[in-house]
Amino acid sequence: MKRLFWMLCGLSVALLAWGFYEAVFVAPVEATMGSIYRIFYWHVPINISAEIFPYVNMIASIGYLWARRKNHSLALKLDALAIATAEITVLYVGLGLATGMLWGRPVWGIWWAWDARLTSALMLFLLYVSYLLVRSFSSSGQGPVIAAVLSVFAGIDVPIVFMSIRWWRTQHPAPVLTGEGSLDPSMWPAFLWNLAAWFFWGCTLIWARYAIVRREQQIAEREAMEALEA
Amino acid sequence: MIYLRTVWLHLKKDLRLEWRSREAVAGMLFFTLLIAVAFAMAFDPTGYPAMARQMSGGLLWVGLLFAATTSLNISWERERRNQVMDAHRMSAAPPSALFLGKALANFLFVAFIEAVLAPVFIVFYNLHPLGELKWLWLILPLGTWAIVANGTFFAALGLRSRNRALMLPAILFPISIPALLGVTQATSAVITGDFEPGMWVRLIFGFDVIFTTACILLFGTVLHAE
Repeated sequence: MKRLFWMLCGLSVALLAWGFYEAVFVAPVEATMGSIYRIFYWHVPINISAEIFPYVNMIASIGYLWARRKNHSLALKLDALAIATAEITVLYVGLGLATGMLWGRPVWGIWWAWDARLTSALMLFLLYVSYLLVRSFSSSGQGPVIAAVLSVFAGIDVPIVFMSIRWWRTQHPAPVLTGEGSLDPSMWPAFLWNLAAWFFWGCTLIWARYAIVRREQQIAEREAMEALEA
Repeated sequence: MIYLRTVWLHLKKDLRLEWRSREAVAGMLFFTLLIAVAFAMAFDPTGYPAMARQMSGGLLWVGLLFAATTSLNISWERERRNQVMDAHRMSAAPPSALFLGKALANFLFVAFIEAVLAPVFIVFYNLHPLGELKWLWLILPLGTWAIVANGTFFAALGLRSRNRALMLPAILFPISIPALLGVTQATSAVITGDFEPGMWVRLIFGFDVIFTTACILLFGTVLHAE
């Protein structure tokens, strides 16, 4: 298992390096924005991963609520997965916002616009920061249950936020992958390499965090058992 | 039928407790009034009536949201004294009835605050609404329920955690953003008359239905957490 982790870690670091090379040296210069657009190769893959991890968190949380009375060890594993995915979600959405702002300043002329996608991403960020806050405030006994309930609420909220803010206003460029603007064929390799790189890197981080949380849980259980025996 | 009776008993109990102490309603009333005054000092609404019209919808709801968080914590604090929560946990009554009773009581309290403060807002901000006022009969109850239902649920969620007072807004505000966006837009639409509030009312209604269902389904889990 440990070997598999290090293999994944090595693979994602190699992919990150290769993706960087592809995006900076191989991909062509964009017609209107020049080289500024290259941040897109990090911004979009990071945001795609940032939209996948919350759902892993929600599924793990639902699984936790289902398993907590039936299968204690499975429930603990799912809870550890929920913590890990929530933390990496915050990290990735934060990176997505930061890269977006770095791009927005030279292209739009402003760091931040209250546009639909930016606001939705900010709400996703706030939701998962509040999830982590709740975890840190709750007492150990009920923390996981409360966090799992909150995660279900957050999961319900995300599509509503997305839709409501889209009604509100929109300024973000239309999605280049599925929308009207299309990506030049010569840009696809750099994009796909980076997509794989950032997804695998996120999985590596989640795995590492999961392993740490599992160890913390085992220590806590051992301490509880020792206290009972003493 | 028994379920509805349990809801009614919880509601009656909360109303009676509030009637005897009047702490939640009085606190909220004063708090919202202070917010209205503070914002009026910051923006000079009488000098700029067009701006006041655009902003007052948002100000009213932000004030109500802040005020509601204080009273929501109080409403569960009552249940903590003398281990009433443990009694609820052991009782055979459905947990969601407790939630519904308390949410309805909180709804009535906040609605009362709105009824008192809406005229005050109109006077303080020198408002002449340009849209159709009848929409407010729909927007105010739906928006209040959106805040209160989620707020009652999350206040129960944070009941046994450290930093209770901080935890409720930290969870409630991010989750309620779509509802808050909907009510402020709808209220602004009525006051400015610039656009139709219908779409936003539908959004709040959908939010209410979805989250009330989620609260009712998950309240038992929260009550029996640990």
